[in-house]
Amino acid sequence: MKERLVLLEVLRYNPDTDSEAHFQRYEVVCQEEWVVLDALNKVKADIDPTLNYRWSCHMAVCGSCGMMINGEPKLSCHAFLREYEGVIRVEPLAHFPIERDLVTAPDDFMEKLKRVKPYLIPKEQKPISEGEYKQTPAQLMKFRQYSMCINCMLCYAACPEYGLTRDFIGPAALTLAHRYNQDSRDGGRLARQEVVATHEGVWECTFVGACSEVCPAHVDPASALQQMKITSSIDWIVEHLIPGGRTEKSSASRDDAGDIA
Amino acid sequence: MSRNPLVRVVPPTSWYFRHPRYLRYMAREITCIFIAAYCVLLVVGLHRLANGPEAWEGFLLALRSADSIVFHLLAMAAAFYHAATWFNATQKAMPLQIGEDFVPGNLISGAHYVAWAVLSFAVLYLAGVF
Repeated sequence: MKERLVLLEVLRYNPDTDSEAHFQRYEVVCQEEWVVLDALNKVKADIDPTLNYRWSCHMAVCGSCGMMINGEPKLSCHAFLREYEGVIRVEPLAHFPIERDLVTAPDDFMEKLKRVKPYLIPKEQKPISEGEYKQTPAQLMKFRQYSMCINCMLCYAACPEYGLTRDFIGPAALTLAHRYNQDSRDGGRLARQEVVATHEGVWECTFVGACSEVCPAHVDPASALQQMKITSSIDWIVEHLIPGGRTEKSSASRDDAGDIA
Repeated sequence: MSRNPLVRVVPPTSWYFRHPRYLRYMAREITCIFIAAYCVLLVVGLHRLANGPEAWEGFLLALRSADSIVFHLLAMAAAFYHAATWFNATQKAMPLQIGEDFVPGNLISGAHYVAWAVLSFAVLYLAGVF
């Protein structure tokens, strides 16, 4: 197997001693077919055991190892060394507080994820004796791609709106709201609109589209958010401009959806 | 271990230099200024028209000046770019599902280009160009 000397510049931050982050350079002998995560593992094993980063599956499924690699949000297990020349600069995911080295604090994302009620709120409750909630393949395809999100937060690191406006609910959480809104078994759209159709919700999005470009799971958050802008606009028109117009919003109970908070 | 997370602030006026995709986004947004300016020009034209034949002739003369021609060329280029970026985006905002499959995005954007061409020719026809 072919070997290659890789130069890594890794952002380091120790919360106990540092007030600023700084880059540290490592020279590490790697196999040509390795990914950036392999190089980091080699650094930790042979050169510097104090280096901190998250990872788990090493197969682009768990979404733990998101980092900025040469300024681009990537899963480090999916970033092949052969695609890079010269020094490879590795930083923690942008727009999230740095906990230590390459480890970021996802608290804000987790909080926002909860707010959109990212779970099925059955349109109709029925006893188990009546059988399952059936769905056609076409109904499944309507939301399937949005259910592929692995919560890796790369879209948040790519989204300049989230970087500039901390209140923005952000691409992945809103996309998950869309995923359940599009589900034929779900009846929770109006409850989710309390968060979705707000300034912090879809209206903070200016359609930069970076979220969809960086998603490793080929989800299209930009599409989901624009679709939700259209449905939210229709809601507003029905409620405010059509005489006697009334969305279910004004009649729906806002407590009927429950909460996991 | 104590928690002392480091927050890196995004520079509010220069963030778009960080990646080419952000520059493309800013180009899309900034080109709308030319479209707004052209709308103002049309309103000025209407105002001149309402002020009588002399004012209208003066407006037409001003349109033929070198400055005006340069502005129109820039505005047209900006309008083309701006329109194209939005037409390309329509496939994201309006995905069309038929049965289990989605209509290819290029067809949705392409339909907008076709409608644009047809409407442009209709306007030119009504204006007596052909």
